[in-house]
Amino acid sequence: MRVTVHLPGLLRADAGGSAHIPVEVDDGTALGGVLDALTSRHPGLDRRIRDERGALRRYVNVFVDEDECRTVGGLAAPLRDGADVRVLPSVAGG
Amino acid sequence: MAYLLVIGTRKGLFTARSEDRRGWEVSGPHRLDAADHASMSAVYAVGIDPHSGRVLAGAESSHFGPSVWYSDDAGLTWHEPASAPIAFPEDTDASLTRAWQFAFGDDPGTVYAGVEPHALFRSSDGGASFELVRALWDHPHRANWYPGAGGGAVHTVLPGVLGWGERSPGSMTVAMSTGGIYQTRDDGASWAPANRGISAGFMPDEEPEYGQCVHKVAAGPGGVLYAQNHHGVYRSEDPAGQGWTAVEKGLPTDFGFAVVAHPHRPETAFNFPVISQEVHLPPDHRLGVYRTDDGGGSWHPFTRGLPEDPYFGIVLRDGACTDGADDPGLYFGTRTGDVYAATDGGEGWHRVAEHLPDVLCVRAAEV
Repeated sequence: MRVTVHLPGLLRADAGGSAHIPVEVDDGTALGGVLDALTSRHPGLDRRIRDERGALRRYVNVFVDEDECRTVGGLAAPLRDGADVRVLPSVAGG
Repeated sequence: MAYLLVIGTRKGLFTARSEDRRGWEVSGPHRLDAADHASMSAVYAVGIDPHSGRVLAGAESSHFGPSVWYSDDAGLTWHEPASAPIAFPEDTDASLTRAWQFAFGDDPGTVYAGVEPHALFRSSDGGASFELVRALWDHPHRANWYPGAGGGAVHTVLPGVLGWGERSPGSMTVAMSTGGIYQTRDDGASWAPANRGISAGFMPDEEPEYGQCVHKVAAGPGGVLYAQNHHGVYRSEDPAGQGWTAVEKGLPTDFGFAVVAHPHRPETAFNFPVISQEVHLPPDHRLGVYRTDDGGGSWHPFTRGLPEDPYFGIVLRDGACTDGADDPGLYFGTRTGDVYAATDGGEGWHRVAEHLPDVLCVRAAEV
């Protein structure tokens, strides 16, 4: 299946400048697997989104379509073919 | 000769440069990365490599986590290693919160990082990549080291230092909150506590083997050590043997975070008192530095040039330093964003910068 990951401006430099990145994964792959596939292509992106244990950083939100992933299973959240995955900085910072 | 002062703040990294240590040109906040996601990070650790002049900055983005940046042109441009420079191995089930301290070994390229959670990392490539020092991480005491209000971290790293006259390449003293002071004599393969005489008023045994909340340890010439504890100021020439002697008599309080040892006079040190663990404000609400010239036997105010009005910003554990010059410069920054410099042979303090974000750390060097 194919999903599209949308990155915020702050993280695009870690993905070669891309804002919207199509990712091909096997059917049934959960969110964590999509991030694995994405960050294997853009290794510098992974540490911004997840710590070295693989946990999502506290103030990074990842939406699967309309749902913040923590409400639908976290990194185990299921995805549909054609899903939109949006990575967004949460309410923190600067 | 010029002097570089690197200032880590709660909101970014600043530098100051001077030819005479009286007039300073301040710049910042520096752009650590092109996207600016890190430029407003809290900078808890800075270091200036005495071998290469490389400046290291450990910064923590509230969104995107911690990392290390370096500059090889005195802060003009910054670079971040392609891979996470400090990362806990998978089997530790730990993740880096932030770097608290950089220190440099005798061998060029050797950099140590004290980090939160309590751990020590070592780099042999100038800070581009680090490896966990396993023996300290695996220490059986670690289960009983716990975080104080500032977080649980190895915040002091003194390569080559054990005590008076004991300097050797494979030795090191580290300090942590809480946990206390540990030393290695075999290049990090084993670690022993060295806290005898230091109090821990928050524990049932007030002088335990380990577990103290040591806020900062500073090494003077010859390896003499001064420690600012969570209540208590100490001096030792032999931490592992004779232990520590209380030297707070003559200070307005025994609480504080920072202590700086004179780089050339073993009997001289500088202290930055704070009222108490409950009240993190300067005594009498006046910005004050205290100096001893007799190894802590007596202390006297060293305040000429400092504000005389009420003042409420304290100096945090890495908010003070010396540049190590022949006539050493002394520097400190406060939580209210003021930075001051003095020379040992000078007449008092000069303001380097004011109204910065709260200062977390400073480091200075001749460049």
